[in-house]
Amino acid sequence: MSMTSSLLYLDGVSVSFDGFKALNNLSMVLEQGEMRAIIGPNGAGKTTMMDCITGKTRPDEGTILFDGSVDLTELDEAAIANRGIGRKFQKPTVFEKHTVRTNIALALKESRSPFHLLLARLDREQNARIDEVLDTIRLGHLQKETAANLSHGQKQWLEIGMLLAQDPRLLLVDEPVAGMTDSETAETAKLLVDIAKSHTVIVVEHDMAFVRDLDVKVTVLHEGSVLAEGALDHVSADKRVIDVYLGR
Amino acid sequence: MSVRPPDAPNRSRAFLAALACLALVLFLLAPAAVHAQSEHGAEDLRPLLSGLNNGRDFDKTAEGIRAIAATGNPAAAALLQSFRAGNLEVRKSDDRIVRVEKRGGETVAIDPLTGEVLGELRRRDTRRISINNNLRNLVDEVVAGMTLRADDPAIRQTAAREMLAAASADNIEPLRAALAEETDASVRQTMERALAASLLRSDASLEDKRAAMETVAALGDRQALQLLTLAASDPELSERANRLIAGVERQLAFWEVAQNVWFGISLGSVLLLAAIGLAITFGVMGVINMAHGEMVMLGAYTTFVVQETIRIHYPGLFEASLAIALPLAFCVSGLIGILIERSVIRWLYGRPLETLLATWGISLILQQAVRVLFGASNREVGNPDWMSGAFQLGGMSITYSRLSIVIFSLIVFGLLVLLLQRTAFGLQIRAVTQNRRMASTMGIRTPWTDALTFGLGSGVAGIAGVALSQIDNVSPNLGQGYIIDSFLVVVFGGVGNLWGTFVGALSLGILNKFLEPYAGAVLGKILVLVLIILFIQKRPRGLFPQKGRAAEG
Amino acid sequence: MTTISPTLLTRFAVGAIAILLVGSLVVIYLNLGLPADHAWHVPTYVMSLMGKYLAFALLALSIDLVWGFGGILTLGHGAFFALGGYAMGMYLMRQIGDRGVYANPLLPDFMVFLNWDSLPWYWLGFDSFWFAAAMVILVPGLLAFVFGWLAFRSRVTGVYLSIITQAMTFALMLAFFRNEMGFGGNNGLTDFKDILGFNIQSAETRAALFFATALAVSLGLLLCIWMVRSRFGQALVAVRDAEARARFIGYRVEHYKLIVWTVSAAMAGVAGALYVPQVGIINPSEFAPGNSIEAVIWVAVGGRGTLVGSIVGAVLVNFGKTYFTGAFPELWLFVLGALFVVVTIFLPRGIMGPFFGMIDRRRQRRLAAEQSESAARASARREAGIEPDDAATAGQGAAQ
Repeated sequence: MSMTSSLLYLDGVSVSFDGFKALNNLSMVLEQGEMRAIIGPNGAGKTTMMDCITGKTRPDEGTILFDGSVDLTELDEAAIANRGIGRKFQKPTVFEKHTVRTNIALALKESRSPFHLLLARLDREQNARIDEVLDTIRLGHLQKETAANLSHGQKQWLEIGMLLAQDPRLLLVDEPVAGMTDSETAETAKLLVDIAKSHTVIVVEHDMAFVRDLDVKVTVLHEGSVLAEGALDHVSADKRVIDVYLGR
Repeated sequence: MSVRPPDAPNRSRAFLAALACLALVLFLLAPAAVHAQSEHGAEDLRPLLSGLNNGRDFDKTAEGIRAIAATGNPAAAALLQSFRAGNLEVRKSDDRIVRVEKRGGETVAIDPLTGEVLGELRRRDTRRISINNNLRNLVDEVVAGMTLRADDPAIRQTAAREMLAAASADNIEPLRAALAEETDASVRQTMERALAASLLRSDASLEDKRAAMETVAALGDRQALQLLTLAASDPELSERANRLIAGVERQLAFWEVAQNVWFGISLGSVLLLAAIGLAITFGVMGVINMAHGEMVMLGAYTTFVVQETIRIHYPGLFEASLAIALPLAFCVSGLIGILIERSVIRWLYGRPLETLLATWGISLILQQAVRVLFGASNREVGNPDWMSGAFQLGGMSITYSRLSIVIFSLIVFGLLVLLLQRTAFGLQIRAVTQNRRMASTMGIRTPWTDALTFGLGSGVAGIAGVALSQIDNVSPNLGQGYIIDSFLVVVFGGVGNLWGTFVGALSLGILNKFLEPYAGAVLGKILVLVLIILFIQKRPRGLFPQKGRAAEG
Repeated sequence: MTTISPTLLTRFAVGAIAILLVGSLVVIYLNLGLPADHAWHVPTYVMSLMGKYLAFALLALSIDLVWGFGGILTLGHGAFFALGGYAMGMYLMRQIGDRGVYANPLLPDFMVFLNWDSLPWYWLGFDSFWFAAAMVILVPGLLAFVFGWLAFRSRVTGVYLSIITQAMTFALMLAFFRNEMGFGGNNGLTDFKDILGFNIQSAETRAALFFATALAVSLGLLLCIWMVRSRFGQALVAVRDAEARARFIGYRVEHYKLIVWTVSAAMAGVAGALYVPQVGIINPSEFAPGNSIEAVIWVAVGGRGTLVGSIVGAVLVNFGKTYFTGAFPELWLFVLGALFVVVTIFLPRGIMGPFFGMIDRRRQRRLAAEQSESAARASARREAGIEPDDAATAGQGAAQ
């Protein structure tokens, strides 16, 4: 089957809340190693789509296959995370009471069994891995700081760092540059492109300049289904996309 | 759907109206009618009076009794009753039959027909009239037959009911006679049933008994079951009788279920009353008010204070005490609620667990304050007359106090729904709870709305306290008995949904009452608690959850 | 709530354990070692009273473990406490033997009174101390496991969970009030004679029980510290603060909660088992919903999430209770009620809070110093030509 080569396969996914169709027969395929940007106006269903992939919301109908065979609609959040799907939220959520370093340690790819963690200690390799991630997200100097004391941009980065530590096969990144300065945005784009070299990534973003920086295939969502797909220049020339974005 | 004649609704409405008019007229005229009887034609009986005095010739006396009864004179019943009671004696001085009565320590002779006092008596002045048990029975029989033909339908109805209760072959003739001239439909029905019951207890023909069985079966109560079982012993009748018995048993089972449902509704309305204020403070505002039960308690104590004041100063107002207590209880609990909101709860918005603890502390303080003021023991709160007593509906009995509470809880619920859905204040409450910041930018004074909403919820709890004071012990611990139940009702129904609270309260009430016969009261309650705990596991958002993105998180 | 570094928590716990063990030995010496007329003599009833406070402290500690670190506000821990107490009470009842009023060698008095002719099956085995001791842990643990498994799996959280824990203890109270349950109904279990063959009234036994309680609190504290300091504990706090986030990283939130909940319930059971022989009675009112809420306030008074604070809170509040109910019985409920209000509004971190806060601030200052030091090192590295980009940002961060 052709779907086996794809990492993520959505077919005819629909979700409705009290009659409002958040997702309407959405279909999309993501290849192994691909980076995809998803854009669309407010209420297009971007976040709901992420919720469905990560198990937060169960679709009313449709199939979501991961790695060709795993049916994600059957699994809960933790199981999906442990299959190798990581997610960064729109609003940065980190463990505020923990230090930056502990935040990364908590996300480290390892058994999540409570009994294992009661006895396990971080070994040298794991500590090295944490240092590496801290370096990548440039928060090494703040590793003993409580996460609550970080700035908004730093929290965004910490969350990306946690994703890295998790080392998932698929990263879902929801508006990573919301509330960032221009220079931070550019840095983040660089970081994501870097990450995409070794991971499959879906980025949801409003910021067109940022999407342009990523320079990847773009999917435009509108009213819960795919409106257009292709290179950014291609889709932004699409008449329907212009209509949706500029209003009818 | 059954096909009804087009005028059926009209007819039944007319019938209800007529029934209502009849009841009203009876109510107003009954005393007058009794009075009229005593004057009307009593003198006609005087020639027959001597027929009662025949020494030991009881057969002759029996004839005399029958003769008096045969006149159908309204005064005859009273006359025969006093004869039966042995109150009629013969005055030696003039051989006149008089009624002997003690009045104010003296024995006097009274004319048995007019009630006129004829003079004092000494012990030796009169001679007793002989009577035996046969005569007494005869009097009973004929009097019943006569009251069956009394002018007042209410008296006829009572007589027929008595005959139904004490069915015997002797009743057949009087009942037949009475039926022949009976015009009132409902009295007629009772008489027919009494006749049927009597026939079954007699050696009437199979034909008669067969018809009687059908009529008796329509009674659908335990007596009918008894009579039919009696009839079933006759092999000729047994087949039909057994079928009818099965029908009656079904009917009885139905009424038992109905009675349970009623008890359940009654308990449910109590739960509703207790929970309804919480549905606002917890359900709408999201404030965990553990002192909610104490707001109920304060309402109950307000009722107590009102009744005490009335007892001492205005005893005539007692019947209105609850009506006076209602607004006062609303104000007392509402104001204390506002005070609590302004002084404590407003510092804790967004911290539900802390709110829970702080309000628990407040509940301890309120309980202890009431204990210091009024003492720790139960306080007596009286029921007004209109709330005591009961009436029969089909096979079940309904007390007025429970009925009042059911109706009252429905009214309170209805008013609250209207208030929240249809008034500007309700709109403000909903606006503030849905989006505080937006409401505030639109000019709603959110702190005020918070305080008033909390006051409203507390005030409603106070009102509930007035009602609960009628069926529960008024003590400082009154509220504690309701707090867990109230929270469970709100959570079970679905937080933020008044209708959920309504359905939750009633279904929990009914569930409880259906478990009770099998498990006993305490175990039934435990089972309900366990079931709710399990239910909340299954559906953490209750029966009627709020859906969609707004409900997330 | 306080955020305290695990090191600080441990330091305090070690101090508390030292005070507990040494202090209890001193009290025992003052009781047993000094003659009754000595000025320093501690009467046995005072020692048992302290033992009772310590049993409550263990209950408070168990609540702090779930509430402070798991974020689960339990309003039903009194149920686990009482179940542990009943398990111990059943053992003590069986030890009475034929010394009861009815002198029945097999059946406790209340069963004879109810005309029962044999011991119900669930009383079997309770003549053995070790069986009873196992039940003290297993019964509350099992109830907590089943309850928690259902609740956490269906993601019942926050106040909803609090409310159903109240319903749980309320239902148990109603059940234990029934004579048919076979736990002595209204009167509960009392008139105990021996424990492990020693007279339960004697000063020596009382001293042993008191010391056992102090030891149990110490061990409980160690257990809590070990759990909280482990990576399990870190994950637990992560679950407490951002449950959804923890799920998306792959933590099975319900398993973490279930473990800490069950362990905590078992601790509460042990507390109840130590409480019963020292107060001499266990009855259904121990299940009263109010008791569980009161226990939560001990933790709040001491400082949620501080472990040692919960012990301090339990001892202080109960000492206050003893004092007020003796001196001003009318006032106690006012004081307790006011305590709830004042602590939640004005002392959200409990009485230990400001104390820990002070130490925390000092730690912050030290941290800041360390950071500027590492920034200096980074700039040194940059000068040496290593990882110029990273070091530059590091320098910026430290300057903030």
